[in-house]
Formats: sequence, C-alpha cells, structure tokens
Amino acid sequence: MFAYYLDLALRSLKRSPGLTLLMVLAIGFGVAASMTTWSVFRAVSGDPIPWKSSRLFVPQLDIWGPDSRKKGGYTDISDAFDYTDALALMRDHRGKLQSAMYQVSPSVVPADAAKHPINVSGHAVFSEFFPMVEAPFKYGSGWSAQDDQNRSHVLVLSDKLNQKLFGDVNSVGKSVNIEGKDYRVVGVVDRWNPQPRYYDVVNTGGFVGDGAEDVFLPFNTAIDVGMPNNGNTNCNEIPKEAGFIGLQHSSCVWIAYMVELDSATDVDSYKNYLDGYMRQQQQAGRFNWAPKYKLSDLPAWLDSEHVVPDDTKVSLLVALGLLIVCLVNTAGLLLAKFLRRSGEIGVRRALGAPRAAVYAQFLTEAGMVGAAGGVLGLLLTGVGVACVGWVLPKDIAALARLDVSLLAMTLVVAVIATVLAGLYPTWRASRVQPAWQLKSN
Amino acid sequence: MKLHPMISALRRHKAGVVLIALQIALTLAIVCNAVFIIGHRVERVNRATGLQEQDLYLVSQQWVGAPTGDDADSIQKMDAMQREDLAALRAMPDVASVTPTNSLPLLNQSWNGAMSLNADAKLLDGNARTTYYFGDENFVHTLGLHLIAGRDFNAGDVTNKGFRNTSEPAVVIVTKALADKLFPKGDAVGKIVYLDGSGTPSTIIGEVERLQVPSTGSWAGSFAWNATIEPVRLNGNSSSYAVRAKPGRLLAAMKATTPLLYKVNPLRVLDDDSVKSFADIRSDAYRADVGMAALMGVICVILLGVTAAGIVGLTSFWVGQRHRQIGVRRALGARKVDILRYFQMENLLIAGIGAVIGVALAIGLNLLLMQHYAMDRMPVLYVLVGVVLVLLLGQGAVFNPARRASNVPPVVATRAA
Repeated sequence: MFAYYLDLALRSLKRSPGLTLLMVLAIGFGVAASMTTWSVFRAVSGDPIPWKSSRLFVPQLDIWGPDSRKKGGYTDISDAFDYTDALALMRDHRGKLQSAMYQVSPSVVPADAAKHPINVSGHAVFSEFFPMVEAPFKYGSGWSAQDDQNRSHVLVLSDKLNQKLFGDVNSVGKSVNIEGKDYRVVGVVDRWNPQPRYYDVVNTGGFVGDGAEDVFLPFNTAIDVGMPNNGNTNCNEIPKEAGFIGLQHSSCVWIAYMVELDSATDVDSYKNYLDGYMRQQQQAGRFNWAPKYKLSDLPAWLDSEHVVPDDTKVSLLVALGLLIVCLVNTAGLLLAKFLRRSGEIGVRRALGAPRAAVYAQFLTEAGMVGAAGGVLGLLLTGVGVACVGWVLPKDIAALARLDVSLLAMTLVVAVIATVLAGLYPTWRASRVQPAWQLKSN
Repeated sequence: MKLHPMISALRRHKAGVVLIALQIALTLAIVCNAVFIIGHRVERVNRATGLQEQDLYLVSQQWVGAPTGDDADSIQKMDAMQREDLAALRAMPDVASVTPTNSLPLLNQSWNGAMSLNADAKLLDGNARTTYYFGDENFVHTLGLHLIAGRDFNAGDVTNKGFRNTSEPAVVIVTKALADKLFPKGDAVGKIVYLDGSGTPSTIIGEVERLQVPSTGSWAGSFAWNATIEPVRLNGNSSSYAVRAKPGRLLAAMKATTPLLYKVNPLRVLDDDSVKSFADIRSDAYRADVGMAALMGVICVILLGVTAAGIVGLTSFWVGQRHRQIGVRRALGARKVDILRYFQMENLLIAGIGAVIGVALAIGLNLLLMQHYAMDRMPVLYVLVGVVLVLLLGQGAVFNPARRASNVPPVVATRAA
C-alpha cells in the first residue's frame, strides 16, 4: 500500500511542478539555515567535560565589596582571584583536587641557535590540575605536589610543541629553555584542547582559535621567576607597589581557580569553609561589608560568564523563525494542493477508503516533499557550514563542522517538520464529504 | 469597491487566509529585527576611530632574555633596546614616522582607569573613565590625530617607566569627549587632573578631536571616546610600535620590518601576526559584526523570497479555483481592471491583517532580545518601513496571478466547471 501511496504522491507532485519546487525550496532553505546556525550553537554550547562538569566548581569571593557594583559598573562579585586569596585557598586545600592558575605567554629558545625564538601560550598551574581536568598524557605525567612545594623547574609540553622542539620522540627528562632558564620535561599532553577552555574562562573568554596550549608550568615556580601574567588584570584600586610583585600584593584579580568536589556533602562543607574564610577575613579587619561568596558548578559558571556568544543564540533564534515561516508557507501550499483534489478524495472515500487511508496517502505526500527538501537542505547546510568560516570569528567558526549526526538531523528535521506542516491540510482533506463531491461533479 | 463580498469570499478560505497572514506577520517580525541588527552593526563598523588609517601599521614584538626585573637598571636597559628599535624603524626609507604605543583603537588590549579632578580620590570615585595610550612626541602625528586645542608633546615631555609602574606623568593630552566631560565649559587645556586616584597632578596640555578606545566590547561602550595620551615609553619585555609608511609604501615598509628588527637584535619573537596593517586590525575587530550582518542579510533574503513565493502559489491556486466565478463576473460586466483590483485588494487586506499582527510580534521579539541578549530598543521607523515593505512585497507577488485572473474570458461562465 505504501508503494501505491508513493506512486500517487509522485504523480501528484509531478502534476504541479512549480508548486512542488516552491515547497521543496522553502523547506530546503529553512532547514539549511537552521542547521547551519545550529551547528555553530552546538559547537559553542557543548559541555567540554560532560562526565565531570557537575563535580567541578569555581569559587568567587567578594573582596571588592558592594561599591564595585554600585559605582564600578560590575554586575557580579569579581570572577577571578587576587594572589593572596588564591594562595590561601590552595594552602587550606579543602577540595579533593584544586588549582589556582594564571595565563602566561613566555618565549622558548630553541636549542638550535640558527632558529629564532618562539612565543608559546600556556598556564601556570598546580600539580592537581592534571588529574582534575583529566588531561591525557602521551608521555610521562604531571609533576608532583612535592615539585609544587620545591618550586621545581619542570614543565609539561603539548604534543605540538614537543614535535616542534624534539620531533616525535619521548622527551621526558629533556630540558627546554624558557626565557633563558632550563626546565625539565616531565610529561607531554596528547592532543588536548577542550573548547571552551573551561578551566580559565576569565582570561580566554571561552573559545581560543589558535590551537591547544603549549606549556604548563608550576604556579609557584612561575611566580618565583617573575613570569608575568598574560591575561586580564582587573583592579578596583591602583597597586601600591610597582611591578609584578606589586600586583601580587594588590587586590587586583588575575588568577583563575577551580576545585573538584565529589559529593553534595563535600559541596556543603566547602561552602561552609568559604563562608568561614570570608568571615575570618572580615573579622581580621580586611573589609567592612557582609561576607559574600559564590560557588558555581561548571555548567552554571560557563553560563554566568556568557561563554556562548549572544550573537550565536540570536542567530539560532532567527534561523528557527525562518524555519517556522517556511513551514507555515508549506502548510498553506499543501492545503491548496490537497483541497484541489477534493474530487479525487471523494471518489476514494465513496469507494470505501477509510479516513485513515486518506491520512496515509497525504502524509506520505507531505513526507516526500519533506524528504526532497531535506536532501536540498543537506547540500545547502554543507554550503552553509563551509561559509561559516568567512563570516564568523575564526575561533568559533573552527568549531562548527559537518558530521553524520548533523546530516541525519537535517533529514529528520526536514521530514518531521513537513509532516507536521501537512497535518492540518491532511485533516481537512480527510473531512471531505464524498457525497457532496460526487454530486457537484 | 465594497469590502463586504471580499470578506465573505475570504471566509470560505479561512485556513489559507490565516496561514498567509501568519506568514506575513512572522516575516515582518523577523525582517524588522534582522534589519535592525544589520543597521546597528553597520553603524558600529563604520565608526571613525579618529586615526588616519591608511598607510598605518603596528609592530608588536617580544624580547627574549631581556631583564625581567622592575628595578631602575633593568628598566633603563629595556628602554635602550626600545630606543634602538625606534631609531632603526625611523631610518627605514619607506617610513614616514614611528611612535611607541601600548595599543591602538580596535586592538582590544587596553589599559583603562579613571580621571579625577581631586587628588587621592578612590579609583571608583573618579570623574570620568578613560583609556590610556602611552607614546612619545610622535604619537599624535603618526596616528594622524587632529589636535584642536593646546599643543602637542615635545621631546622634553617624554619620559619612560616600567610596564607596571604606577607613577603618573606631568602632562597629558586628552580627547575632546573626555575634556568636555571633565570641563563642560570647554576650557580643559591648562587644567590639573589626577589619574587613577593618584596624588600627583597632571596638566592637560592639548586636546585631540577624536580617538577611540582599544576595546570594541560592549563593556567599554560607556567611555568609547574617552582617551588620555601620556608622553611615556613603557618598558617591558615586549614593545609595540605604530608606524606610518610613506603614502603608498605600506606593503614595502611592512615587508622590510621583520628582517630589520632581527638585524637590530636577533633575540626576539616576531611571528606572522607581529607586523599587522591597521586595515587587518580593523577587519579582525569587526569580523563578528560583519558576519552577523551578513547572516541576517541572507536570512532576510530567504525569508522575503519564501513569503513572496508562498503568496504567488496560494493566489494562483485561488485564481484557478475561482476560474468560473471570474468568468461570471466578467460576463456580468466587470472589466479586466476590476478583477485585477479585486485580487490586489484582497491581498492588501490579508497583508494588512498580517502586518498588524506582525507589528506586535516585531516589538515583542525586540523586547525578548533586549531582555536576554543585550539588544537595543528598535526605533519605530524600522517597523513602519517593514510594514510598507511587506505590503509592497504582497502587491508585487500578487500582480502576476491577478493579471492572469483578469485575463479569464467571460465565455468561461457558459462552460461547465
């Protein structure tokens, strides 16, 4: 029977090629626009570490007070840490795993004197950073807590920088010259470039187009050698002393912080700890406002930092609007098309076809239009995703890609949407009174 | 022409009428907002920075193994390295002038603070927010700024200090926007101000017409034209130079820059992005805006196309359906033009209903975007233009089917359906 309906649908669509083409074009463009913007949205709104994001937390401490929000134009308590508090939280060590971190951009001097020095990007972190974010190691591992304490000159390289400096070999134990000082390689991270760069959203803004980070160094060591931070620095007052040391003694915020807490009880006790810490600071006379802190899990944190650009959301919304218009359009055209065949429906019904058969016949036809629109949509989505590269910022465009799930979804959305649009016209068609149709003919 | 017969005819096609009206309403709502977004972005992208952007480029480099300390000795060593670079760049045959600078408009790397009329004010209590540019006596003419009052820096004004040193300069040049904010009477030149809650007075010696802040983000929108120029070479392990090439010699100058700097001192990092024309800085800064405008443009075109095609399709169907009735009307004396007008009026009626709903939807969508996505309020003009546009679109789409209807011969009335 289905084959018969397919045949009928094909005949009917052939009978008015203009109208059919119109519907297919509308569905194709509507679906393609939605899927293209969806591919971008999907890329930027994904959970970078889905198996663990609910156990990773970012604390915020109100060290600037309500004035910063009233007069300074800040909408929330500061989203980064000053040096003093970051180190205090590290010292107290109340989470399962935790790390303070700051962004650095030192230069590496190649062993080959004929080569020019290169600039690398990276983070100064604590040893617990690696197990916390589950960075995959190709060779070696992260450094130890002992290295943190001893302020050892060790580092972890990216796979890419390792290739560049040593070729594709296990470089653990070799030394790398950074800003004139030698560091011993303890590990090489295997292709790891989470997007968004969730462990330091404050400094990266979330998405980073130019590949994975090249180096990770121990936090204390980087402070020791005076390696300056390369990210944002926000101050509510000017540091009293000059230089990087002055920054460390100031209330300026420039450090990111993340902590792993595995159970609800741990979360509660960590909150108690933060509360106690802020109270203690207030009692010590550091500030005179009511202690305030925040602890957000990773998804909430990414949301509050607006990691997904508003433009992406607006584009998706507008493209969905376009899809709806295309469906309304298709519904109108299908209605016209189906009702024009009232006579044919009347004959079928008079010959004993039940309403269900009319439904089957016309929904098959709608589905066929949808499938054709979907195929066109596939092509246009391909074009769309390819074009995203030259309309969107590179860091975001690089993430949008065509994959099987997107293609499958394009087809499914096209067919389901068209069948939905065909429901009302089909219902109207099934209401056709056979007697009236036969008589009027 | 009476509306009554038209309305009762439309009652027989309720669903079709509702669908077309709905489609027009949605189209209007989306197109208005999309065009508003496009207009907003285009306006943003076309803002003048205050620079003469042609022939201007930026060199950013980092020394390796430069002194890292903040002590006086390290600072003087780094300053000597910077002056060596400046001298070499100025000696290039294709270069007109050079200034050290910490940033440029649209570069999105900025040093911001607040200016106060009182000494030792808290940073948050400053009278005006401002961004800071640090350059030497060549800053104003290298960037091509218009000095509208007071004087430019001279070599004697220029000092140098460490990158994180917070001491303040004796003299500054400010933009007109900042000067007017602090001294509404327009007599800023010669006045004393205090930078970033400092206790050291700085004197305003000049005013430039316009200079944008480096940040294009919305957070800097409230002080986008408040800039202060300090006659200071900042010393750190990296430095940037704004270079004005001689007219038409931009590419030649840019190409010669990297080898020259390596010749001066090979121990430094220069990569592909280190020598960048201002045109590239501009296109990078506004890439997202241009992209968004392009995307909205494409969606508008598709939307209008689909809606116009939908009207053509449905009206053609109606014409076909009423073939006989049209013949009857013609046989009873209606002229061709009456039939044409009938379909045009009918479309105007439907599009009008759609437009009324669409205006409400457009404003609703704008409110939704304002609430969730920091969008501005859409001026009513956009909606009105949108209404005219969809009505014209409807008339344009209906014309062909309507003309075909008017060509139905009266003799059709005598034939069986």
